[in-house]
Parts: sequence; C-alpha cells; structure tokens
Amino acid sequence: MITAILFYLFAAILLGSATMVVSSRNPVHSVLFLILAFFNAAALFLIAGAEFLAMILVIVYVGAVAVLFLFVVMMLDVDFEDLRKGVQRYWIAGATVGAVLFIELAAVLGGWKLAPSAEQLRTSPVPSGVSNTQALGRILYTDYVFLFQTAGLILMVAMIGAIVLTLRDRKTSRHQNIRTQTERAVSETLQMMSLSLGAGTTASGGYLRPKETEPEPADAHAGHGHDDHGGHGHGHH
Amino acid sequence: MYDFFHNTDIGIVLLTFIEALALLVPLLIGVAYLTYAERKVLAAMQLRKGPNVVGPFGLAQPFADALKMLMKETIIPSGSNRLLFLMGPMLTFMLAMLAWAVIPVNDGWAIADINVGILYLFAISSLGVYGIIIAGWASNSKYAFLGALRSAAQMVSYEVSMGFVLVTVLLCVGSLNLTDIVRAQQTVWFCIPLFPMFVVFFISTLAETNRSPFDLPEGESEIVAGFFVEYSSMSFALFFLGEYANMILMSALTTILFLGGWLAPFNMEPFTWIPGVVWFVLKICVVLFFFLWTRATFPRYRYDQLMRLGWKVFLPLSLVWLVLTAGALMAFGWLPNA
Repeated sequence: MITAILFYLFAAILLGSATMVVSSRNPVHSVLFLILAFFNAAALFLIAGAEFLAMILVIVYVGAVAVLFLFVVMMLDVDFEDLRKGVQRYWIAGATVGAVLFIELAAVLGGWKLAPSAEQLRTSPVPSGVSNTQALGRILYTDYVFLFQTAGLILMVAMIGAIVLTLRDRKTSRHQNIRTQTERAVSETLQMMSLSLGAGTTASGGYLRPKETEPEPADAHAGHGHDDHGGHGHGHH
Repeated sequence: MYDFFHNTDIGIVLLTFIEALALLVPLLIGVAYLTYAERKVLAAMQLRKGPNVVGPFGLAQPFADALKMLMKETIIPSGSNRLLFLMGPMLTFMLAMLAWAVIPVNDGWAIADINVGILYLFAISSLGVYGIIIAGWASNSKYAFLGALRSAAQMVSYEVSMGFVLVTVLLCVGSLNLTDIVRAQQTVWFCIPLFPMFVVFFISTLAETNRSPFDLPEGESEIVAGFFVEYSSMSFALFFLGEYANMILMSALTTILFLGGWLAPFNMEPFTWIPGVVWFVLKICVVLFFFLWTRATFPRYRYDQLMRLGWKVFLPLSLVWLVLTAGALMAFGWLPNA
C-alpha cells in the first residue's frame, strides 16, 4: 500500500518537475527542477529495488553533472527578452524538428519488440543471495571486463584531448616552485648583523635588505620581451 | 507491541520516527556542545579561559547563543531570490541531518542498515555543495557568489580523493554496508594497515567540512564570511549548525572506516564490558578534538595551495595506494568473499 502511494507520489513529482525544467522562465530554476527530477527518479529506482543505481544516479548526476550545469547557468547572463524574440522567430522551424522527432520516436516505440530471452528474464524471480551491487559488479568487471576497460580508455582519450586543447603554458606568468619555497633554510634568507649602538645600519656598510637567494625560475622569463610584462623593472635584478 | 511496531505500516513509520528522534536529539545537543568544546579547547590552547559566565563553567553558553540568534532580525536582501535564499541554509542543515540515517552507532543500531550505506553517505555529502551554491547565488551579492564558487570548487576537488580512499577501504571489506565495514575491523582497525589513507581522509574531511586550515569559503579575515555574508539570525544559525553537524558526521565516518566503529580497542574482558555506543561516541570525540587542535595550530591555506594539495598530491597518492592495496590483496589471496 505504502509502496504504491510512494510510487505515485514520486512519479507525479518527477513528471511535474520535468515539465517545469522546460517551462520555467529562470534558467537557474530549471536546473534546480532538473535536480528534483533526478531525485525522484532515484526514489523510483529505490522502490524498484535497484538501490545501487539509485545512489549512483544521485552521486553522478546530482552530485557532479548538475553542479556543473548550475555553475554555467549561474555565470551566464541570460537576457529573457532576447530569448523570447528568438521563440517568435524560430518557432516554425522548432516545431517542425520537434514533430519529426516525435513521429520517429513513435514509430520506433510502436514497432518495439522485446527479445525472447529478455522477456524470459523479466518474469524470472530475482536471485535471493546476490545484491544488485554484486550482480552489476559481476557483469561489468567479470563478464564484460574488456568492453568496460575499452569504454574507460575512450573516456580517458577524450579527457586528455580536452586538456591538450585547452592547456596553454603561459611563459610570462611567474610560477611558484613549492619545493624551493619549502626547502629554504633560515640561514639563506636571514642575515644577522651586529650594529653599534646609535650608529644606524648605514655604518655597517650600506642599507639592510633581504638576502637574495631565490634563483630566478628558469621557465619564468624564458621569453623576454613579452608585451604584457611591460618594463622589467624589478629592483633587485 | 512488538508486532505493532514491526508488522503494521503505521507501526513501522512510527518506529522510524521515534528512532530518528532518538538519534537527532542527542546529535543536536552534541552540536551545541561542540561549539562550547571548540571555544574551550581553543581557549585552553591559547592560555585563555573561554566561556565561563553563563551557567556553571559556562555550560549554558550554547543555549544563550542560540537564544540570541533567535531574537535577531531575519534580513532578506531586497535584490535576492527570496525562496532560494531561505532554501540554501535549510538544505545545508537538512543534508547534515539526513546522512545520519545509515550510521550504525552500535552493532545493529542503525535506522536504516542498507546495503549501499557508504554510497548513500557519499551521495549525501556530494549534495552539500548545493546549499552553498544556492545561498551564494540567491544572495545576489558578488562577495557571496565568489565565496560560493570558491567553496564549491574546494568541496568538489576533495571529494575525488575521498572517493578513492573509500574504495580502498571497501576493497578490504568486500561490502558497501557500514555495519560490515566495522565488523571487518574485528582483528585490526583499518587505520593501521591503511595509515596513509587515514591521513589523507582526515585532511580531506577538513577540506570537505570547510574547517581550518581550509576554511577559505568563510575566510573571515579576507572575504568577511564568503557565501553567507548576507545571512542573519536563524538562517545564519542553520549554516552554523549544519557545519558543526557535518563535522560530527565526518568524525563518525572516520570512526567507522578507520577506527573500528563501536568496537572496543582490544577484544578483551574489561574493554568489552563497556557498551559499543560509548566507544563510538568516545572515538568521535577524539577525532573532533583533532579537528579543533588543527584549527588552533595551522594558519589558513592559500587558495592555490589548497587546490594543489587536492589535485596534485592527494589524488595521485590515493590512486597509487588504491592500486597497491588491490595488488597486495590479490597477491596474498586476502580478498574478501573471494
């Protein structure tokens, strides 16, 4: 009884929030409704007994993907007037594309036929001794381990590609070398002088200044004459 | 009576409700006294007295503070998004409470002893970012927003290495159930064989709960109060309570994963007389003391150093240790459930 009530509750909220995702005016609200939809989908997974999928849905989509969405949407300056103008201009094209997609989906779903073995699986009882975490692990890491590894490699190539495309080594910025910083000893930076009383620092041979020990980082000024570093007026050079 | 609570729908709902209350009320009192303990411990470390005026030894101080907070005016900035502005602190507080549903305080004493307990905790802790981002954005103030961005980036970064630490522990246990994780430490607590991971995990929890030396999101001396600049009164108190409840939660998690949960330090007579809950609470208190000790000892990290530590030190370290652990378990045939 309770399960049925909960199912209809979560399903109703899921559909409602999914509608709000596309219809709400504020894009930040849209993302928040999307998160609500993810949550209700996770709850439906829980009711179906797929607790691992439910948790992974929350961790991956809500905890990681939607955070990025939210970041991007919050940083964007969305002009609602502009958006509305766009709708008036493009609604015919949009409606056509939507209709074509809808017809295609309907055609696919109408001719959908489950494989006989899948039909058999649906009616077979859930094995009692195996939790669904173990069952999924067995399939992914034992039965299909090579396919799984291949998928991982493809993702890694994509990630490296993204890094290679966006990473640029700026020659002009001064990098910190944490190691040289932490390896500095007191004797290298601090100079002890015994001064005669009332004579000031000039008496002992010039003004006091910090000892110069830090070697210039090799890569920091490799490209001399870069425009954004105008005037190499560092006093101690 | 037993039949009513375990076999009827209403009974089960009622029982869960009572269990939740039995856990949350001590937890909230614990949060109140954690603020007191923090002030006392910091005071002792800085050769001061700390709160000592309200009640004997200042013990009523937390309640005086709470009353003061309640009396203040709730200010909602005029340009803010009202609904989300109020939702941020509520979300933070609720998530900090929600996670306790799966924590086993003794053998079999968990409100929900679910199969994927550790994943549930990880899911809940990864949601903590939302309270902060929503609060920072809804305040409609650039300082709050910058604070929220810093905070979110920090929490997301340290979650990655925390995840690898969790996987290392799970490899040694062979189950995602928190009760099983504690039971697997019957012979030796995981903080001994997995000591480097224990250290990484503890430091990551500091960053995850925005505690000193990683309290940049708050950074009261640089960016006033980060994402909750605009908050006052009860909405501010909820952030505060959430932060401290999260500290206790993370200490509980550290206890379960590395310090043997409710188990006695030695499986011998005089130690086993003391009930498991007491051991559990004692261990949490020790970890919490480390939290406070760190705050009194270390200066705040710079933001780029924080990011460097998370991505360039902890992530490779935990990854290598994960591979090493898996290799050792495989080589010596110690894999659980093999």
